[in-house]
Amino acid sequence: MDIKKELEKRILVIDGAMGTMIQRYKLQEEDYRGERFKDWHTDVKGNNDLLSLTQPEIIKEIHLQYLEAGADIIETNTFSSTAIAQADYDMQSLAYELNVASAKCARQAIEEYNSKAKSQKSKFIAGAIGPLNKTLSLSPDVNNPGYRAVTFDEVANAYYEQVSGLVDGGVDLLLIETIFDTLNAKAAIYAIKKYFHETGKPELPIMISGTITDASGRTLSGQTLEAFYVSVNHANPLSVGLNCALGAAEMRPHIAELSELASCYTSAYPNAGLPNAMGEYDEQPHETAHFLEDWAKQGFVNIVGGCCGTTPDHIKHIADAVKNIAPRKLQEIANAFSINDLQANAT
Amino acid sequence: MIKPYLYLSGLEPLVVRPESNFVNIGERTNVTGSKKFARLIREEKYEEALSVARQQVESGAQVIDINMDDALLDGEHAMTTFLNLVQAEPEIAKVPIMIDSSKFHIIEAGLKCVQGKCIVNSISMKEGVGKFIQQAHICRSFGAAVVVMAFDENGQADTLQRRVDICSKAYEILTKQIGFPPQDIIFDLNIFAVATGLEEHNNYAVDFIEACKIIKQKFPLVKISGGVSNLSFSFRGNETVREAMHSVFLYYATKAGMDMGIVNAGQLVVYDEIEPQLRQLCEDVILNKNNEDNGATEKLIAFAETVKAKGKEIKKDDAWRSTSVEERLKHALVNGITDYIDEDTEEARQKYPKPLDVIEGPLMAGMDVVGDLFGSGKMFLPQVVKSARVMKKSVAVLTPYIEEEKKNNPLSESGAARVLLATVKGDVHDIGKNIVGVVLGCNGYDIIDLGVMVPTDKILETAVKEKVAMIGLSGLITPSLDEMVNVAREMKRRNMHLPLLIGGATTSRMHTAVKIAPEYEHGVVHCLDASRSVSVVGSLLNETQKEVFLKETKEEYTKLKTQFENKKPTKEYLAFKDAQANAVKIDWQNYQPVAPSFIGTKVFKNYDLREIRQYIDWKPFFISWELHSNSPNILTDNVVGKEATKLFNEANAMLDKIIEENWLQANGVLGFMHADKIAPDSVEVYFDKEKTRLEFLRQQIKKAANQPNNSLSDFISPLGDKGADYLGAFAVTIQGIEKHIERFTAEQDDYNKIMLQALSDRLVEAFAELLHKKTRTDFWGYVKDEDLSSEDLIKEKYIGIRPAPGYPACPDHTEKYKLFDLLNVTENIGIELTESLAMYPASSVCGWYFAHPESKYFGVGKILQDQYEDYKQRKNWDDETAQKWLRPVME
Repeated sequence: MDIKKELEKRILVIDGAMGTMIQRYKLQEEDYRGERFKDWHTDVKGNNDLLSLTQPEIIKEIHLQYLEAGADIIETNTFSSTAIAQADYDMQSLAYELNVASAKCARQAIEEYNSKAKSQKSKFIAGAIGPLNKTLSLSPDVNNPGYRAVTFDEVANAYYEQVSGLVDGGVDLLLIETIFDTLNAKAAIYAIKKYFHETGKPELPIMISGTITDASGRTLSGQTLEAFYVSVNHANPLSVGLNCALGAAEMRPHIAELSELASCYTSAYPNAGLPNAMGEYDEQPHETAHFLEDWAKQGFVNIVGGCCGTTPDHIKHIADAVKNIAPRKLQEIANAFSINDLQANAT
Repeated sequence: MIKPYLYLSGLEPLVVRPESNFVNIGERTNVTGSKKFARLIREEKYEEALSVARQQVESGAQVIDINMDDALLDGEHAMTTFLNLVQAEPEIAKVPIMIDSSKFHIIEAGLKCVQGKCIVNSISMKEGVGKFIQQAHICRSFGAAVVVMAFDENGQADTLQRRVDICSKAYEILTKQIGFPPQDIIFDLNIFAVATGLEEHNNYAVDFIEACKIIKQKFPLVKISGGVSNLSFSFRGNETVREAMHSVFLYYATKAGMDMGIVNAGQLVVYDEIEPQLRQLCEDVILNKNNEDNGATEKLIAFAETVKAKGKEIKKDDAWRSTSVEERLKHALVNGITDYIDEDTEEARQKYPKPLDVIEGPLMAGMDVVGDLFGSGKMFLPQVVKSARVMKKSVAVLTPYIEEEKKNNPLSESGAARVLLATVKGDVHDIGKNIVGVVLGCNGYDIIDLGVMVPTDKILETAVKEKVAMIGLSGLITPSLDEMVNVAREMKRRNMHLPLLIGGATTSRMHTAVKIAPEYEHGVVHCLDASRSVSVVGSLLNETQKEVFLKETKEEYTKLKTQFENKKPTKEYLAFKDAQANAVKIDWQNYQPVAPSFIGTKVFKNYDLREIRQYIDWKPFFISWELHSNSPNILTDNVVGKEATKLFNEANAMLDKIIEENWLQANGVLGFMHADKIAPDSVEVYFDKEKTRLEFLRQQIKKAANQPNNSLSDFISPLGDKGADYLGAFAVTIQGIEKHIERFTAEQDDYNKIMLQALSDRLVEAFAELLHKKTRTDFWGYVKDEDLSSEDLIKEKYIGIRPAPGYPACPDHTEKYKLFDLLNVTENIGIELTESLAMYPASSVCGWYFAHPESKYFGVGKILQDQYEDYKQRKNWDDETAQKWLRPVME
């Protein structure tokens, strides 16, 4: 099962929001704790990643809904499964285990889906690697711009541990997502390369997905889209793309630009519009799908899906909308200058 | 198509292309090279240390080199602290960083602080291949490009062969074992000090230059760098000699393939500017000529240097001051006098109950008078702009009080309609747009001017955010026309409803009607000039008029479009082959081309503006101020004569100032090369060996009997060696305007701002005229006895032509790249090309020189598909690129 072969044939669909779906279950503190953590010394409600250990059936069920909606790639429930992020719940020691467990939930969901559908469809698990709650390029202290709340080595070590859990749990891809500080992403890339270099295992494809935070067209850490792309391209990624922060309407010029820049495949999974005054997303499935259909027709994308506020219904509409549209073609990569380049000709 | 360029990034990308000129890497943030920086770091004065970095970026460093190798410093700590602080300074962090240390642990610490793609300076095989591989691997895992020193266990490579051997080995390892893209490898080929007195050092620079050539031949994608200041190490303390040596060295090294170097950005003298004697001495030392027994070295050491300085002052006059404050304000507005406006405004403010009353009362009354006079043709644009300046200054005095009022009384809110103005992406021209802004401002509209090179997104988002009533786009070069179509399309896609106004020199009612209006249905209107824009904006803001106005405009444009479409077939075209066959017939066998006085380029820095001003053609100047006249001398014209005279005098007064106070610098470069017509529409040119192929477009419209289908290529001899023909090229620019524009903007002085821009444009045109004249009579010298008045020059009565890429005779803008490359324009005189191939500074002109007596200006006009295909193939373009650049000439 080679994802590159699939990507040559069609536009792949990645799943939608995990958090939005978990909210629907209206879980309480004791649901989060389960049997194992019933005496844990801090509150753990809101630690969604923990559910892969305490409520694996729910996580599997959500994966299953996305698979049935037509997702080709499902993301593990590991957005915050690093020692740094889990420190909020004093659960840093669980980081490795969380990643293994989440990967297994996803794997079981695929197996169940295949046995139900009586088929062996190409479905892929992307190990989700989130941005962390601490950043390497920005100071949390306005009076001390040179201060950093965390070091590169701490971040890289945390990601290394996460990657080892994801790989041991059996993911097919590694997805560095919602990147708002490129240096955090570079630490993740560094950790991934180091992990495969040290273990000698075959390297899994890397997907990279940045986040343009506002209309300035830059990441939160201040880079333009092209600068961001240049900064992470050494990962030799399977795909590069954008997710979160913006709805599809606002994301369009950026994904158009990225599609021009990228030598690899491109991905885009926007939020369901921008949140309303209540912090809820109310863009309807057909609306989101309509935007993504336009991008697909324009040849901007190879992988599409949804981020915050999107549901299996959104994914179903998106999958239907892009089903018969040809995927974006990879750009030709020159490995020498033509005579024209050397004559300083127009490009 | 993704090209194998070297890509770097800070907050913004830096792409090093083959046509990129020498990349300047700022060296001042290096504790080993700058005592000042070292002291600041040691004393932990990081604020000041940051300003050193900022200065470098401001003076043109495209990358900054940061080095903390000092025995008294904890290098890792200093590197981390400084880089973390740099990340919080967008003005610095926008450029890529070169992390420089001889200690790899400091480099690694640096790499952990920077989100962008850095350059590591440096790694080498000094401590063996094993260490090299390990370090290269780490650099790669951070995505950094690497500088590889030509250094191995046996020491630094100091001969040509050693340089080549070490680099070849490093290249193998990096590309094959580590997976480095070749373009991410930068070889530092070791620049050593010459003129040290030791004979064995004398050939160091020559070896370096030779090595550049060979490395580039073997590995075309790699980059070559070096620390330039090493070269002149033996002349420490003598900056004049050092700078001259660096400049001479770079002149040869960049030709040989050196791509980047660590230099003091902003402190490089231009090769041609070096005092000739000094230059000759440097040449000898660097190229190791006439240097037996250190002869050249001794001479350079014996050479001494000089310095200079400057100063200045000004004055004014007075008359009318005894009337009421209202009268005085009106007088000041109508006559454009700012001298007393601050005190008069203050007096009025105290007299009236509220500061806003001053604006709505006497100031608006004064502007009404101005508006009436302008509307009835009794005042002219230059005066109106001055009035606006007075108005702005007065309002500036009142603003703080109005703000204060608002705070106390949040209900009142004045509702002037907003108009957004912008020069579209890729274009840098904005005189016309500024005039429109001022005139509309005078009419009470609130202007949001986004400046030049504004991307569509920013225009449309600002329009929505600022709730503007309409958008006005401006542009001067042809690619801007497409950009305007894009804006219209995007407005439609975003479902916007604001009217869109189109203006600028290349725009036309026809283009607007045919190409832009059909893209957007909520109103697209072409505005011929500033005066017309007032009535257009007025109509669009009046609810009852708007509908009728837009309907009429639409009908008019639809009609124009139909006309245009119906007119098409009436023009007859020839097949491209037939057009080629109908080229102008020149008897080359019996023509002896004149050889220019030199082959190569010549740079003119700071050319005397006194001489240039004698070549000014004033007619376009008056037109830019919308003063039109049919009389032979506009200054005595019955209608506009008086104003024109005044404007003319003020322009000359400013010119005096520009010259005396050295506001602007005229820089230029010209060159002559061998030329050979090698195909019907292609000309090959060369200085020595390296050939460049120029492509031209040919008229394809069916001409009257005996009239040729012209192409510029026809004016070059096709006889090859036997004909030995030549082509010239030039580029000129006026630099230094920004600072003064900023000053006038800060002073709310649009009048002088526009005046300065208009003069700068005139000066650059005059400079081009002057150089062309000198070319004809002297540099090329194909007419020795030309005796033409400046009148005749303007009427182009001279022999030979100077057409510019992008203009009618050769409408393909992209040929500018070749012209820039041949003359090294960006490096020599600092003109940059935008993505739409506009030149920056906006006051720049370039072109080719053709000398054949039959060469003349013409317009290519429209071409057909067959020529399009042929040209596309010649340029090796894909369809998209060809469409982009040829659309303006496509039938």
